[in-house]
Amino acid sequence: MENPKLRLSGVTLRFGDLTVCDGIDLQVASGELICLIGASGSGKSTLLRCINLLEPIDDGQIWLDDLEISVPGLDPNPVRRRIGIVFQSFNLFPHMTVMDNITLAPRRVLSQQPDETAQAAMALLSRFGLADKAAEYPDRLSGGQQQRVAIVRALAMQPEIMLLDEITSALDPELVGEVLDVVRQLKVQGMTIILATHEMSFAREVADRVCFLDAGKILETAPPDVIFERPSNPRTQQFLARVVRTNG
Amino acid sequence: MFNRLILATGVLGVVLAGPAAFAAGNECSAGNTLKSDRLTIATGNPAYPPWVMNDAPESGEGYEAAVAYAVAQRMGYPAESVDWVRTSFDEAIQPGAKNFDFNLQQYSIKPERLEVVDFSIPYYTTTMAVVVRDGSAASGTDVTASALKKLKFGAAAGTSSQPFLADVLQPEQDMLLYDDNADVVAAIGANQIDAIVFDLPSALFVAAVQLDGGKVLGQFPVENNVSPDNFGLLMGKGSALKPCVDAAIESLAADGTLAEIESTWLSQATGAPVIDMSK
Amino acid sequence: MSLTARQRFERRERLRGIAIGTTSLVLVVAAIYWLVPLAPGWEAVQRSFFNWPILVKTFPKLLDAFLVDVMIFAWSLPLILVLSLAIALCRNTRNPALLPLRVFGAFYTDIFRGIPTILLVYLIGFGIPGLGLSRPWNSPYIWGTVALVLTYSAYVAEVLRSGIESVHSSQSAAARSLGLSEADSMRYVILPQAIRRQVPAMMNFVIALQKDVALLSFVGPIELLRQANVFKSLMANFTPYVGAAIIFLCVTVPATRYADYLLARQRAVRS
Repeated sequence: MENPKLRLSGVTLRFGDLTVCDGIDLQVASGELICLIGASGSGKSTLLRCINLLEPIDDGQIWLDDLEISVPGLDPNPVRRRIGIVFQSFNLFPHMTVMDNITLAPRRVLSQQPDETAQAAMALLSRFGLADKAAEYPDRLSGGQQQRVAIVRALAMQPEIMLLDEITSALDPELVGEVLDVVRQLKVQGMTIILATHEMSFAREVADRVCFLDAGKILETAPPDVIFERPSNPRTQQFLARVVRTNG
Repeated sequence: MFNRLILATGVLGVVLAGPAAFAAGNECSAGNTLKSDRLTIATGNPAYPPWVMNDAPESGEGYEAAVAYAVAQRMGYPAESVDWVRTSFDEAIQPGAKNFDFNLQQYSIKPERLEVVDFSIPYYTTTMAVVVRDGSAASGTDVTASALKKLKFGAAAGTSSQPFLADVLQPEQDMLLYDDNADVVAAIGANQIDAIVFDLPSALFVAAVQLDGGKVLGQFPVENNVSPDNFGLLMGKGSALKPCVDAAIESLAADGTLAEIESTWLSQATGAPVIDMSK
Repeated sequence: MSLTARQRFERRERLRGIAIGTTSLVLVVAAIYWLVPLAPGWEAVQRSFFNWPILVKTFPKLLDAFLVDVMIFAWSLPLILVLSLAIALCRNTRNPALLPLRVFGAFYTDIFRGIPTILLVYLIGFGIPGLGLSRPWNSPYIWGTVALVLTYSAYVAEVLRSGIESVHSSQSAAARSLGLSEADSMRYVILPQAIRRQVPAMMNFVIALQKDVALLSFVGPIELLRQANVFKSLMANFTPYVGAAIIFLCVTVPATRYADYLLARQRAVRS
């Protein structure tokens, strides 16, 4: 791959005796959407947290463009501005309105003018159908709305990559669709996305490539039709068979 | 006139006739003293200045020593007929037989004490006094009311000092109040106040013992007191001597002898001049 | 308006409850009102504790003296909040370079929570001015206040610290992932939530402080308690103390009720 946006090489993270990421190699092109699938505890979320520097890795390197961001002692904040992350549990700030949730980081980190930030935030909210929620507090919103606000909050920092960590797992089934719509839009607009998900049909629909993780290792990386139709690794086959059965 | 007569007779008796003549001078108390023709006077053990100098009442030096001899003389007992004994403060106030004719060690006349002992009429009324630290700016203050008003005062709450300050002196700055004398002393030590008001006996004690470099700046005239303490000579309950002792004190007060003794021992000797309230 | 059978039943039950409650309250109050004066010592107690003419005479000056308490309270409270916040943040630092701050914070809370307030008021109120400060810097108001602030900050700092720890780590992860600095995420994300959670607990210290400002009277200032004490000595009567208690109650009872209300509201929100 020429000039990957993000490059992981031998990324390893241990919690004591437990190796949660075990020599992970991955290259992500600009504008590409990668889906991470695998059982709970396979290391999907942890890998995303490593990329966002929320977990310092024990071994390997991570490059963002030409910058190695895994160097120990590197100030993580400039890197985090370029990489947005959205969590399973939304993690909105409950004491702030939707608008303040979104504008806090641009104002403090990017030193934008308040009115400029507010305009940009309103534009984003409108784009995702949340304009009328700007003045609400998070506890007044549905789960789907909260998760969309969380995505908007990450987008307001104008990141180059979005990491989406099982963003629909905490939602009631009828609310999943509206959040997935947002992801579709982001892909259309050319955002580079890494998505950890249990929504297999969605992964199949939007992913450029799908990575199957098991016990901290990427066992298989392939386009979705390959992974879902003709997985080469027996463990992938097992996993998919189980998921398809439980998903009905 | 009568008093003069007694004095004159007493002196005459001493000069002319020796012991035999005493009967003429001490007829009021004759037969009622512990030892015939002698007067036994008690004071504290030890006794403190300025009440008794050098713990030696026999010298007649110190306010109470001088008062004791003056009273004795008016009663018809010259100095050589006076015997001194010592008692503790509390032991003398207890009910029961006494080993003295009268006792003086700054006993305040109080109703509850009158249940068990007798007191003479007052020989001294406490005045209020100002204590400062020697060498502090306040120690140079003129002993006039107007100069003193400018100082920052403190006092122990619940004593007569507080109403005295509030109603009589009325200092210009808010006063500060404390739980007890030790706390007031700590405050003046920390320079949080310039001056403390106590009754004179407490002031003398604090300046001498409790406060390093303490000094009694002056005392207020007795007529300015709010609720003065009166000191009386203590006698056994129902003592036959009381009328004689009272008469003696009355005569000492009337002819200015008491005032003179007070000026000598409580004002000049203590360096606590009387404060001029008119200026 | 017609009621359902259930509504009629519930209304009847409610009315019955109110009737029983009112009756028993009236009976208890009446019993106290009639029985207490029958005690043999009641007249003496009434004369020396509940003496109306003395109360009327002293109350205005007691109120004046209470202004001193209000002043001390008014300037102590913000100082306590600022200092306790600083201490709580010290105790919360995870940066190894700031270990001395953490140790200091721990020492501070241990020591100043361990010393009785009155002792500290004495030690600092007389001790520090005794080092030779000149007026007005040796004022008992200043150093008495310092003693109060030191003690109360230690308590409030612990309340704040537990508040900070009660905010879930996912909140700080969310803030950090947006690129907010550690200081900014503390200031804008963690602290506001921590403080909001701990307001009811802190109200209890505010109420205690309202009463403890009277401790300054030990180092000189004539505030309500001391003024009552002076009146007591002058009049040989305890009614001024009752007057002082009434004034304190007028302030602390509403504050206590308000704190309870906040606590109840918070429980309602959480459940």
